[in-house]
Amino acid sequence: MSLHKSLAAATAMTLVMSGAVHAQTTVTIATVNNGDMVRMQGLSDEFTAAHPDIQLEWVTLEENVLRQRVTQDIAAKGGQFDVMTIGTYEVPIWGAQDWLVSLNDLPAEWDADDILPAIRNGLTVDGELYAAPFYGESSMVMYRKDLMENAGLEMPEAPTWENIKEAAAAMTDKENEIYGVCLRGKAGWGENMAFLTAMANSFGARWFDEEWKPELNGEEWATAVNFYMDLMNNYGPPGASTNGFNENLSLFQQGKCGMWIDATVAASFVTNPNDSTVADKVGFALAPDNGLGKRGNWLWAWSLAIPAGSDATDAAKTFVAWATSKEYTELVASKEGWANVPPGTRTSLYENPEYSKVPFAAMTLGSINAADPTAPSVKPVPYTGVQFVAIPEFAGIATQVGQEISAALAGQQSVEEALDKAQALTADEMEAAGY
Amino acid sequence: MARAVTQQRKIINTAAAWGVGLLIFFPILWTILTSFKTEAQAISDPPVFLAFDWTLENYSVVMERSDYMRFLWNSVIIAGGSTLLGIIVAVPAAWSMAFVPSKRTKDILLWMLSTKMLPAVGVLYPIYLLFINLGLLDTRTGLVIVLMLMNLPIIVWMLYTYFKEIPGEILEAARMDGAALKEEILYVLTPMAVPGIASTVLLNFILAWNEAFWTLNLTAAKAAPLTAFIASYSSPEGLFYAKLSAASTMAIAPILILGWFSQKQLVSGLTFGAVK
Repeated sequence: MSLHKSLAAATAMTLVMSGAVHAQTTVTIATVNNGDMVRMQGLSDEFTAAHPDIQLEWVTLEENVLRQRVTQDIAAKGGQFDVMTIGTYEVPIWGAQDWLVSLNDLPAEWDADDILPAIRNGLTVDGELYAAPFYGESSMVMYRKDLMENAGLEMPEAPTWENIKEAAAAMTDKENEIYGVCLRGKAGWGENMAFLTAMANSFGARWFDEEWKPELNGEEWATAVNFYMDLMNNYGPPGASTNGFNENLSLFQQGKCGMWIDATVAASFVTNPNDSTVADKVGFALAPDNGLGKRGNWLWAWSLAIPAGSDATDAAKTFVAWATSKEYTELVASKEGWANVPPGTRTSLYENPEYSKVPFAAMTLGSINAADPTAPSVKPVPYTGVQFVAIPEFAGIATQVGQEISAALAGQQSVEEALDKAQALTADEMEAAGY
Repeated sequence: MARAVTQQRKIINTAAAWGVGLLIFFPILWTILTSFKTEAQAISDPPVFLAFDWTLENYSVVMERSDYMRFLWNSVIIAGGSTLLGIIVAVPAAWSMAFVPSKRTKDILLWMLSTKMLPAVGVLYPIYLLFINLGLLDTRTGLVIVLMLMNLPIIVWMLYTYFKEIPGEILEAARMDGAALKEEILYVLTPMAVPGIASTVLLNFILAWNEAFWTLNLTAAKAAPLTAFIASYSSPEGLFYAKLSAASTMAIAPILILGWFSQKQLVSGLTFGAVK
């Protein structure tokens, strides 16, 4: 071959190859750093192998940083991301603003009817599904079976708050650094207020009446928060006002908590013998109630949504459909076992005989089904959301309220003072927001 | 007697200096140690100091999960570019303020410094919108410009302080010998202020390397530096402290090594005025 022909062939090859590169669509995915999401990132080679025309770029951030980044980007129409990992708080608000692409047209084999109704309702606005759930979670009681046995008690499958108090009192052994109950105390709308809002629901409390008037200085809130303070002050670990999920997880894994009421996703951590000293001693129960018909558990789903400004909507939909499909579940099961499958989104998963062998599977499903984001409290409410109120103002308001209650837990003020301040600041913020 | 007291004082001073130094270094040391522990050892109570099974697993997980070299390269370009650009802009500015001051020079210097008092988040949204319109989001160019502007007041102030120490007569002599303004700055002023410029460069490189507000807010996948690399290992729902520590160690290692080798220049530059 002459030099000219070689050059011409090389040029043609380069053009063909560059054409192929140009035909590739890049999908930028913003996601959080947790076990299930990291696993998805690791398995995404399977997706790109099946879809060579789609290239995936990952932006993994800590949950609170991610929330700020994606909110800022979608509000300013920055167009940085094609797929965003968001939760049940953001979806109704952003969906109503037309900031998200409807996913009603995902392929039939994706099987939208298979999504658990509670989760699907939380991600739907006016009949449009705005996000595909990747994994769902609720909250439940994780307890030490050995300590309960030593105390001569048995944990009911569906305990009441009085059962919890009785068990906490019986298991507490402060001399040996064993605390009956560990609960969130760190201030924040997604920290102590997620737990307390869900707890208050079961005491008949609500954030707002039907006219959007706050009810934080009402009797129900006072009863719920006083009960929480009583539990924490008498049977909780020291310095609880700075404890969040991670701090309590650490305490529980080291055998220092008799009970821990928190996210169902924690079940896989506390039963993992590599990290937990009490892995084989953990039992599970539904979140407590107070006999009023509502349990103190929450509902959350980390979901994949496509911002309306994305220039790769079709490719993004293809990816979202893959990552939240039944096939993906089977892929994870085949590579890493059924216990590592993203939980809490599909009915078919809980009908799978293999998955039903996972120790926390039934309790997770029961907890999710016990939560109703459209009717979270005993009394009627004008909002949706179990452990939050799906309005843009809530995150700011609840973080301030959380700071007041955390200060009360730290002994800096009384519960009454904290709730009076919470009521005043909530009323001010809501008035300023035009409610 | 006097000699004994001096000796005693010297020992006390040395011990105090080491104590303060170790106190400041301890969080970094703890991060490095934690990076070699398992996740369970990382949270054990009481904490283990050295007696644990040292493992490199966290580093291997981090290397497998993230493209470290891409983050590192972005950090080098952003920190280096913003420092270089800052020096190019600041040297003439500091020269004019030091050698041809006007009535308002002091006011301008104070005004420049006052811009550092505004919390960065206060201008986040305007800058974000500007970046969208200029197509600078998630670009290294955009970050070089922003970090240069953020650090410019400090660079100008530092250089101004060093330049003030240089006798104006020397520059005057150069001018009398026929040096133009450019030559005066490039061939007379700059060589004399090398220790000061070197320490300014080093300090600003470190500041830009560690900057975590703008680098996290204005980048996504392409221009993200090592601060975003660390942020990707932080999690409020899951105990990944050992991996986070490994990522942090990998992020600070280059700047730690640079600081170690250039500490002599850094210290001599920072004490430039005092020694004179």
